[in-house]
Order: sequence, then structure tokens, then C-alpha cells
Amino acid sequence: MEALACIKRVPDTGAKIPLTDDQQSIDTTTLGFTVSPHEECAVEEAVQQVETHGGSTTALTLGPEEASEQLYTAIARGADEGVLLEAGDEEWRPTATARAIADAIEELERKFDLLLFGNESADTENYQVGPRVANELDVPCVTGIKDLEVTDGSAVAKREVTGGSEVYEVPLPAVVAVKEGINSPRYPSMRSRMRAKRQELTRMDPERVDGPTFERIRLEAPETDEGAAEVLGEGPEAAPAVVDVLEDIGVL
Amino acid sequence: MTMVLALVEHEEGRLAETSQQALTLARDLADQEDAPLAAVVFEDDDEQVGFELASYGVTELYRVEHDRLDRYAPDARAATVHQLVDEHDPEAVVAPGSDRGHDVLGRAAARLGVPMAANCVEVTAGDGYEVTRHRWGGSLLEHARIDGSPALLSVAQHEVAAEEAEDGGSLTEHSFTPTLADSDLLVGIDRIEESDEEGVPLEEARVVVGGGRGVGGPEDYDKLEELADLLGGTVGASRAAVNEGWRPHDDQVGLTGAKISPDVYIACGISGAVQHMVGCKGAKNILAINTDPEAAIMENGEYAVVGDLHEVVPAITEAIREG
Repeated sequence: MEALACIKRVPDTGAKIPLTDDQQSIDTTTLGFTVSPHEECAVEEAVQQVETHGGSTTALTLGPEEASEQLYTAIARGADEGVLLEAGDEEWRPTATARAIADAIEELERKFDLLLFGNESADTENYQVGPRVANELDVPCVTGIKDLEVTDGSAVAKREVTGGSEVYEVPLPAVVAVKEGINSPRYPSMRSRMRAKRQELTRMDPERVDGPTFERIRLEAPETDEGAAEVLGEGPEAAPAVVDVLEDIGVL
Repeated sequence: MTMVLALVEHEEGRLAETSQQALTLARDLADQEDAPLAAVVFEDDDEQVGFELASYGVTELYRVEHDRLDRYAPDARAATVHQLVDEHDPEAVVAPGSDRGHDVLGRAAARLGVPMAANCVEVTAGDGYEVTRHRWGGSLLEHARIDGSPALLSVAQHEVAAEEAEDGGSLTEHSFTPTLADSDLLVGIDRIEESDEEGVPLEEARVVVGGGRGVGGPEDYDKLEELADLLGGTVGASRAAVNEGWRPHDDQVGLTGAKISPDVYIACGISGAVQHMVGCKGAKNILAINTDPEAAIMENGEYAVVGDLHEVVPAITEAIREG
């Protein structure tokens, strides 16, 4: 089985998300980078399915040169190869991203059975790259998946809903957009990280085709009530004050 | 005729809360455009839903009728939206920012070849639409201009207060039968599996006791469980704790976990990273217990206890028991 996992390099945020002065992007000078949590699981799912059924896993990303770092991490986590669609520093919209990914898949002349995506990226949360790629390639697509089983040319995928799950059965090849919780991604060892860096990545130069306008004006950090919390006390001696508060709130 | 078209969902024969919120934003948009508000329903439902939609200002209702649409099939819904758009040329299509809302709207956007703005909180008509939408679970807002005919918008959940229309009243019902290909029906719910989980789900709990990296290991969640049980609540965890393998992912509160809205969230040994805070910002009160008085959660919360959760939590449990 040939599995593809599509990932996106995103800033590794802590307690605050700093913006650049022109409010056009996140100020990443003090931030590290990672991939969206759902996509960490997409890579893990691809690797596990290949471990079960044989075949190989390809990790693919569209982004700046630095996104090769995220591809190496995916390889360290068990992917067999990495493909970088070199898109520069600018943010690509989902329409252009999906088109470029679909083009790359056709150009690679690989027959992927399973095309895994994160349900939505952590930073832009557009919820549509997976479905758009499926539409371009004319393959079925399921989203929000937290359980996946592959048998003989088809996949049984489950989506969590209140009180249970919806079960979908789709023929392969298919696009599956997964959510964190579908598996527990492994931590790559230092040795596998070192080995991954020696691997050659496939680099491609995607054509950017933007559809009708979607234009960012600016980003904004919403107001939060920054007022510090009322300190009820220090250590176990604070317990009676906590009980008073819980009574005031009405949960006791 | 120009219009604003809303996709709505039902739960047990009633309009879902997130659909009420989406309709409120859609109506505001229709008012700005001086255009009628139309809605499309897929579920086999009773008359009650028509009354509910009318009270939200819907004047045109499209009931989808198709003998092969007896189950949720997202591509069939997207195909229906596509055909309704071709027929009625709406200015905008608005859906709730729910799993199904995004599932259908994303596919419709792909078919129509138009952009889609997910999780909008505000939309202003003008030269195209100016939208304000969520990024990073709402810890960042994006102001953007969207063109495209129509503009596809989903509405962030629980951000727009649902309000019935002042002059809501009568609506005209239309039956609509889409032309569906076999491929539109390839993906659909085959069956529903019921969960055997017991206890109060995180999303519905009035009290949540959350534990982060500060808990130090899986065993000490017992202390949190004890307090939660006493308060009739349930236990949650940060992504850091879940990644450590201390708690199952189902317990995770945050951007990629549960979004909770309890009366009180007791956050133990949690620093307050964005990933976590977007999951608990719906809490009416946050009580943080942390050894670090400078931790971000101390700024975000209402109440704080500076101290080691391993001592503080049992002390609270004991104080409640002694009552």
C-alpha cells in the first residue's frame, strides 16, 4: 500500500501569539516550528498502515525551504520519503495549495492508495485542503476521522459524534482527513533524526493558481481580560477560601 | 433573485443551536444586502422546523427530497448546494462551523471553485465581503476580503448569539430534488456505533478538573478524580499530559481536543498555552492551581492558588468533605 501524508509547517506557539508590526503575520523570531497536531497523527497513521499492510509512506509539504525540517521529522517518525513543494515564504490560500498538491501527486506518477491530511491546520484552520484535493483528483473523501481500518481496497473510517461514532466505508484510493486522537504519534529517537537528515528530499516547483479573491487585510490578537486572577492563598491553607468560591459559583 | 442561502442542521427534530447562530449571522448579512434569507434542509423533518426557521427570518425554505438521500452523504449535499447556487445565484452561502457544516461547505467550495472563509464571527457587505474569522481556535483573528460568487462562509460555534428575527413570520416552502450521480453517494454513513463511555462528557460537565504536566504522572490523577467526583464533575487533561500517555486523548481539553464550557474549570499544574486555553475559554470561571505565580493561566483565570497541586487538591477535597 502506498500512503501519502500531507503536512504543514506551523509556528510552535506558547502562551502568546506575537504579531509582526504590520499585522500581516505571526512574528516567529522567538518561536520554533512544528506541524499541526492533526497532521502529526496523519503521518503516524500512514506509517502504521504501511507497517500493517506493507508498501511505503511519502510525506509531502508545501512551504518554504525551512519546511524540509518538518519532512525530516516525518522521515524520522517512519516515513520513507519526503516531497517539498517549494512555495516561498508567502502564505498560500487553500485553493492554490490543493491545486499544487493535486498537480504534484499526478506529476510524481505514484499511485497512492491512502491520502492522509489533517482535518484542519492549527494556524489558519481552513478545513478544506483535503476535500479540495479529493475534488481535483476525483477520489472519495472523508473528514474528521478518528479511527481507520484498511482492508482489501477499501477503508472503514469513523467520525466521533455525541454519544458514538458515524462509520463510513469508502473504496481506495481515498482522501482521509484525520483528527488528533486517531493514534499516539511516536517520538523519533535522536538516531532516527540524524539518519533522516541524510536522506534526499524530492523538490518540486509548484505553479501557484489563485482562484477568486480571498485577501488578508490584517491579523489581530483579540482582547483578553488581562487582569490577574484573584489569588486565594498559598498552599493547602487556601482550601477554605477555595470552598467559599465554589459555593459562590454554585457548584457546591 | 439574489439571496443569502443558509445550510441548517437538526438535532432530534429541533434546529441545532449552532444552526441558530449561523442563521443569525446569515440574516444580518441578508439585511445588509436587502435580500431574502433562504434555508436548505436535508433531514426528513416535521413542520415544526419550518416554524423555527421562520422565526429566524427565513422566508424561502428548500426541502431536499431525493429517494437515494436516506442517510448523511456529504458529496450529495455539496452537489445539492451547487445546483441551488446555479439556480438561484445567492450572494452568499452560510453554514454552521460544525463538523458537518465544514464537511459539506468545503466540498461545495471545491465544486464551485470559490473560496471559503471558515469560522467567521462577523461579516460586512461592501466590495465583496469583509469577514472577521478565527485562526488558532480564536486566539487570533483574521480580517479578510472575500469575493467569489457566491461567498462561502461558516460561522464559528458559540461566538454569535442566536437571536430570533423581530419580524419573523411566514415562509414559502419549495421542494427541491437534486440530480445526483453515483459518485455523489459513494461517501455516506453506513452505520452509527454507540459509545460505551460512561460518566459526564467533558463538553457537558458543569465542573471540570484539568491536569497538566504538573501532575507528574498517571497515578496522581486519582487526586483530581476524587475532587471531580465530589463536585459531580469530570477530569480533563492538557495536550502535554496526553502526549506523555498519562490520560487518553478523549480527556484532552484544547485546540485539538474538547471545547468545554463548565461553571468552573479547576486547572491543576497547567501553564496556560494557547493550545489549551482555546479549549477552556468557554468556562465561566477558571481556578488555577500552580506552583508558578507567573504562569500564563494565572492571568487568564479568575482565581488562583499558588502551590503544589499534590497538596492543594487533597486539601480542597478534605475541606469539602468536612463541609
